[in-house]
Amino acid sequence: MKTPLIAAGFALVAHMATAETLTVYAPDYFASEWGPGPAIKTAFEAECSCELEFVTGDVLPRILLEGARSDADVAIGLSQDEMARAAASGLFAAHGQDVSTLTMPVSWEDDTFLPFDWSHLAFIYDQRTETPPTSFEALLAMPDETRIVIQDPRASAAGLALVMWVEELYGDKAGGAWARLAPKILTVTKGWSEAYGMFTEGEADMVLSYTTSPAYHIMAEGDESKKAAIFEEGNYLYVELAAQLAGTDQPDLAQRFMDFILSDGFQTAIPEGNWSFPAKLDAEKLPETFRTLPVPDKALYVDAKTAEAMRDEAIETWRQGLSQ
Amino acid sequence: MLALEGLRLTQGSFTLTADWALPPGARAAVIGPSGAGKSTLLMGIAGFVEPAAGRVLWDGAEISALPPGARPVSVLFQEENLFGHLSVARNTGLGLRPDLRLSAEELQRVEAALDRVGLGGKGGRLPRELSGGQRSRVALARVLLRARPVLLLDEPFAALGPALKREMLALVEEIAGESRATVLMVTHDPADARAFAGQTVVVADGQAAPPVETGPLLDDPPEALRAYLG
Amino acid sequence: MAAGSQPVTRSLAALAAALVLAVTLGTLAAVAWRAEGFAGVGPAARDALWFTLWQAVVSASLSVVLAVPVARALARRRFRGRGAVITLMGAPFILPTIVAVLGLVAVFGRSGVVNVALRALGLPEVSPYGPQGVILAHVFFNLPLAVRLVLQGWLSIPAERFRLAASLGMEAGAVQRALEWPMLRSVLPGAWLLIFALCLTSFAVALALGGGPGATTVELAIYQAFRFDYDLGAASVLGLVQFALAGVAAALAWGLARPAVFAGGLGGVVRRWDGGGWLRLQDATVIALAALFLLAPLLAVGLRGITGLAEMPATVWWAALRSLLVALASAALCLALALPMALAARRGLWVQLVGVLPIAASPLVIGTGLFILSYRWVRPDEIALAVTALVNAVLALPFALAALVPATREMRAGSGRLADSLGMSGWPRMRLVTLPALRRPIGFALGLAAALSMGDLGVIALFADGDTATLPLQLYRLMASYRIDQAAGAALLLLALSLGLFWGFDRGGRANAGA
Repeated sequence: MKTPLIAAGFALVAHMATAETLTVYAPDYFASEWGPGPAIKTAFEAECSCELEFVTGDVLPRILLEGARSDADVAIGLSQDEMARAAASGLFAAHGQDVSTLTMPVSWEDDTFLPFDWSHLAFIYDQRTETPPTSFEALLAMPDETRIVIQDPRASAAGLALVMWVEELYGDKAGGAWARLAPKILTVTKGWSEAYGMFTEGEADMVLSYTTSPAYHIMAEGDESKKAAIFEEGNYLYVELAAQLAGTDQPDLAQRFMDFILSDGFQTAIPEGNWSFPAKLDAEKLPETFRTLPVPDKALYVDAKTAEAMRDEAIETWRQGLSQ
Repeated sequence: MLALEGLRLTQGSFTLTADWALPPGARAAVIGPSGAGKSTLLMGIAGFVEPAAGRVLWDGAEISALPPGARPVSVLFQEENLFGHLSVARNTGLGLRPDLRLSAEELQRVEAALDRVGLGGKGGRLPRELSGGQRSRVALARVLLRARPVLLLDEPFAALGPALKREMLALVEEIAGESRATVLMVTHDPADARAFAGQTVVVADGQAAPPVETGPLLDDPPEALRAYLG
Repeated sequence: MAAGSQPVTRSLAALAAALVLAVTLGTLAAVAWRAEGFAGVGPAARDALWFTLWQAVVSASLSVVLAVPVARALARRRFRGRGAVITLMGAPFILPTIVAVLGLVAVFGRSGVVNVALRALGLPEVSPYGPQGVILAHVFFNLPLAVRLVLQGWLSIPAERFRLAASLGMEAGAVQRALEWPMLRSVLPGAWLLIFALCLTSFAVALALGGGPGATTVELAIYQAFRFDYDLGAASVLGLVQFALAGVAAALAWGLARPAVFAGGLGGVVRRWDGGGWLRLQDATVIALAALFLLAPLLAVGLRGITGLAEMPATVWWAALRSLLVALASAALCLALALPMALAARRGLWVQLVGVLPIAASPLVIGTGLFILSYRWVRPDEIALAVTALVNAVLALPFALAALVPATREMRAGSGRLADSLGMSGWPRMRLVTLPALRRPIGFALGLAAALSMGDLGVIALFADGDTATLPLQLYRLMASYRIDQAAGAALLLLALSLGLFWGFDRGGRANAGA
């Protein structure tokens, strides 16, 4: 095991040896060997003749703690609910990309936070559900014996996105919608992994996940039984974002990485690395399974400022609706 | 000379006072009713009970501030005189060096001490493999090696039969006699006191009385002692 | 003067206590220092507070009450495989929560074996979700700890006392009053306190089996404050609330406990004479039920993981090795902290408080606080493993103290006095008297500390480093990337390694100790 001092010494030497190191803060799943990180690192290093280093963990909380002295040059993997808070910190700089040609179901206007991938939220079911719901109304009308697992909006970005989804669809009547869903909620988990595990282990009939989840089962396991419920009213859009730090000591390199994000070298690593849709990639460059994956006609989305403003009240509505 | 100067020992609401001295080589029995404080007196001298007032002196030097192991004292408790997980030889060797880093010469002395108490060749055993009498002998072998000028016996042989107990007392007498140790021995048996101790300390009514000649004392016991002796 | 602890021991103990305070209250202070104002706590947090208290009291009480018959049965019966049962039954305590939740669900879930059986028999199903699910999970986690602590208590009653009781013709009931009740009086409040504090900071389990937002704990509110609100003020206020609850509980337990000291015997096998006939049957039933309850979910985890074991990539095995080293370092450090503290401890309230603070501390507050304290000087990912070892050593400290403090008290009354009279001190005394006398609790403490840090993940989210991932981190990564089968394999590996560590140390401590 490394002792801190020795390790710090090595780190210093390493820094001096390769002056050109780009430090990217990323969530753990992104940089892990099963995520898109390794492929992206290889591709970027090949064209920048620099070193890309992922530092993993809770990205935004860490940057907020470090403030202006943060080592991060780029932050990747921010969720849409973190956008308003990240913007308010003033720690991030404009991405400088043309976002008019993104391959996303909604138009993107923010000039600081750059989407790099997206999915729709969806309830995933398998062959046990004989008549899958085709709308949110149908979901609420399902028999009370149906067992659905969702994530807690106070601990999970997906859980929070579901709350926004219901707010968007039901507005003032969101409390009533939650009350109708309540008997079908088997349980609420801290994160996606617990919930999804309960679904694949057969404990839950449906789980809150993404429209892209079935792609993993088809491509990696040859299992076509798991499907995403596509809703007539539209499914909520889930976007992951990257941004460069205003206080970076490598502004040129950071900018190059921001440019790289929307290039094919980055985008082609997304489908089978992060199991989601790339933010800018022509359909013919997608794997077959992704091209034929059922997606909703309509994507619902609440912009970051509005979402942040209504968050506390919406969570309270969720809490009271489900507690009944 | 072991001297107790205005010594007051307290344990909860119980108080015991003592103010007397014993010359070197003296052997004194400590007798008195159960619960009168015989053990407390010994534990006060040994350093397990802190004096509330007064001092304990040995040859004019105060020893009441010393930790138990540094006092010129060896103690045999009622029970737990041996470490159950250490061999007989190691238990004995502790009398020479508390850290058990024994030289070859010291190991020989341990063996000799065990021989002396009749346990030659049994050094490798564990205490639980010995009889009660043999365990007492191990403890005495250690006293022999420790060679401290004061020996305190808190009824270590109470569990032994009369013949065995006499044997042990004879052994104690031998060991103490050689080193001219001052011995204080708690006992319930007047016969032990007569046979072993020239002097007797009566502990009763919160006081450990100055030692007096055992024979005359037992022939004509004072009020407090008479009730006890029956 | 009366026999006191050595000055060296006392300074080491003070140092250890200072470290505990730094890691617990110090990190909280660091978080509070960075906070920008302290807003009040909302109604949701107040609801969470009541639920937290309620479930912690019920879970802790149920765990210790159920532990008594199990520990008694294990203390007075000899049977083949007893050692293995005791070790295995300790396993739930050291499982990572996500693994334990899936194991519990496989057994008690709506599609679990219990409900499948009930359905087949035409009986109504039971649901593991809701308040009863939270209690079920917490009893599952903590019953093993309670059983072990109570069992230690039973084994501390010397064989001679039971022999004496037998010679007096005392029946089981009389033995209970004369010997066992005083022991329980000294052991149970401490065990209850530890479990209460553990349940206080529980979060992922409570949520997963709570069935809905009603089952949220203060720790969730802390998580929310960090993750979504970046409200360090709220986080530190809530962290302080947890300390206050644990502090009150510690004072209560301290007041209730009556230390029982049974002057030690000469060691050897504890044989019991009371309790034949139907008591034998009762004990057998109790042991069987407890084993079934605790082992069935483990078996589910094991069976689920076998196929995935072969598919795991090499990095998982490297992570396992890394975790093993961290666990060993953590265990050694934990003992180095706990031993002087236990030796210097009298029956002080401060021992109780220092002994419970690490459990009541929010892992999130510790992690964030350490980050705030360190990031200016070192790169956090460089010290990820060292921090993991350190924090886990501190977190395991209460359990080590729970095992060591009663044993040192026994030792002081028995062989300690003899060692004093012989002037034994320093390292020789440690080597010749203290360590042998404390062998069993030391083995237990080392095993527990190693196993706990093997499975822990809580504090290192901010320090995580992609290249030095530990086994639990790899497990979560596998789950996060849909690789459930491989994750199940990693879970089995984690379970096996944790158990192996615990078994190895615990066994070492018990060898030649007769039980």
